[in-house]
Amino acid sequence: MFLWIVQRDLLLAVRRRSDVLTTLFFFIIVVSLFPLSVGPEMNMLRMMAPGIVWVAALLASMLSLGRLFANDYLDGTLEQMLLSPQSLSVLVLGKALAHWLATGVPLVMMAPVLGIQYDLPTDALFVLTLSLLLGTPVLSLIGAIGAALTLGLRGGGVLVSLLVLPLYIPVLIFGAGAVEAIMAGIDYDAHLSLLGAFLLVSVVFAPWAAAASLRVSME
Amino acid sequence: MAINWYKYASPASFYSLAGKMIPFFAVVAFGLLVVGLYIGFFVAPTDFQQGEAYRIIFIHVPAAWMSMFLYVVMAFWAGIGLAFNTRLSSMMATAIAPTGALFTFLALWTGSLWGKPMWGTWWVWDARLTSELILLFLYIGFMSLQAAIDDSRRADKAGAIIALVGVINIPIIYFSVQWWNTLHQGASVSVTQAPTMASTMLTGMMVMVFASWMYSIAVILKRVRVIILERESHTAWVAELRQKGVL
Amino acid sequence: MNWSSWSEFFSMGGYGVYVWGSYFVTFACVIGEVLLVSRRKRTLIKRDGLTHKSNKETYSVRDEELNN
Repeated sequence: MFLWIVQRDLLLAVRRRSDVLTTLFFFIIVVSLFPLSVGPEMNMLRMMAPGIVWVAALLASMLSLGRLFANDYLDGTLEQMLLSPQSLSVLVLGKALAHWLATGVPLVMMAPVLGIQYDLPTDALFVLTLSLLLGTPVLSLIGAIGAALTLGLRGGGVLVSLLVLPLYIPVLIFGAGAVEAIMAGIDYDAHLSLLGAFLLVSVVFAPWAAAASLRVSME
Repeated sequence: MAINWYKYASPASFYSLAGKMIPFFAVVAFGLLVVGLYIGFFVAPTDFQQGEAYRIIFIHVPAAWMSMFLYVVMAFWAGIGLAFNTRLSSMMATAIAPTGALFTFLALWTGSLWGKPMWGTWWVWDARLTSELILLFLYIGFMSLQAAIDDSRRADKAGAIIALVGVINIPIIYFSVQWWNTLHQGASVSVTQAPTMASTMLTGMMVMVFASWMYSIAVILKRVRVIILERESHTAWVAELRQKGVL
Repeated sequence: MNWSSWSEFFSMGGYGVYVWGSYFVTFACVIGEVLLVSRRKRTLIKRDGLTHKSNKETYSVRDEELNN
């Protein structure tokens, strides 16, 4: 069942390729905007690169949260999922994983390319990609709660960001912190282990909370 | 004589109970306020280090404590409302949110006004100020989510979930911001811990803390009565109250 | 008693702007909040009072038509 829903959502994502690409292009554009605003001066950009890439990844993944449940909500498959004997949290975990595969992974693969744009040293690029790899699933999982809560509300998109941004802050701090640590030369594995901890905690709790919110929204 | 506490779980009886309690809390709050201000301004000595500016502490610390305490209380009532499906507890959580948000704003406002003479800037990315700011976002998130949902039952439950998720995140946010602050700035901005308090300063502050407790209870009960009326306006007991014009 | 004169009290050792600025905003917010809640209650009563009375009139009119 879990694989079925992941596979189904991936199929939907591939079929509607535009959604995936818009998130990716949004990420690229936002990251490329900063040098235009801050100036081409390299070591300034290098110093800000982790923060910029991470904030852009955060916003990009939040951009596509709205569609996580919206289409199923509109055409009624969400009600079927609620009624199905399968536990709802497994379904939500599947959807969040599909969302991460569709939006998170492209960001992770694109990050090194953008890192070069900021002249990041290679080890920093590696740590940046690793921290994004650990962080973006957490964004999708916590985002799933926000998306479930604001299902079918007017102005839902803005509301999701307002609900979910405060909860993203620890992930942002340790994600960007990991890259800054490697650039400062100090060891960064503490940050990554904390990101891993966030990942484990949100894998366990977020689907359960999102399932509860789905039941609340679908009453 | 076991008091039947459950009687007060029904909005109707709670409405009248709250009505009787509000004046009491309001009077106690006012009394404590006057005493606290008197101690704060007339008894407490001038601080050798900060001069007179430290007197802002008498509203800054109560506001900061109240903002955090009210969020936990709000999450508690929201959790009870979600678990036991008691509408009144969710109404209580909805009633607490604005007061909590106000105290958070006041903590930030008085904090920055106090920071200006002491640290020379209005805003310092100090761990406590930053987590207070994030707490304000959590409050605003809770209130806007509830405002966006028309059906009050769903609004209560959705708000309860975001409040509970928020309260779990508060320690995480606080420690990550604390850690983040120490990494970046180190101790460049020496934020004085609570200044070693002369006894009169401490008593003045504690009196103000209790005054803010009483005030919050009074305002929250007052707002919960209005929420009860809003939600129960179709019921018979409200119509009956309206008949007697004793609303 | 720390202050010899009222003007010294208000100057607050030169920090008057900050101290009174924060106290003023605090009390303004507190009073504002209380007023907001009571205003919210008043509009609620007015609104319900109105609908209640007008409901009675419309229902009474409709009942008469039904009767005859």
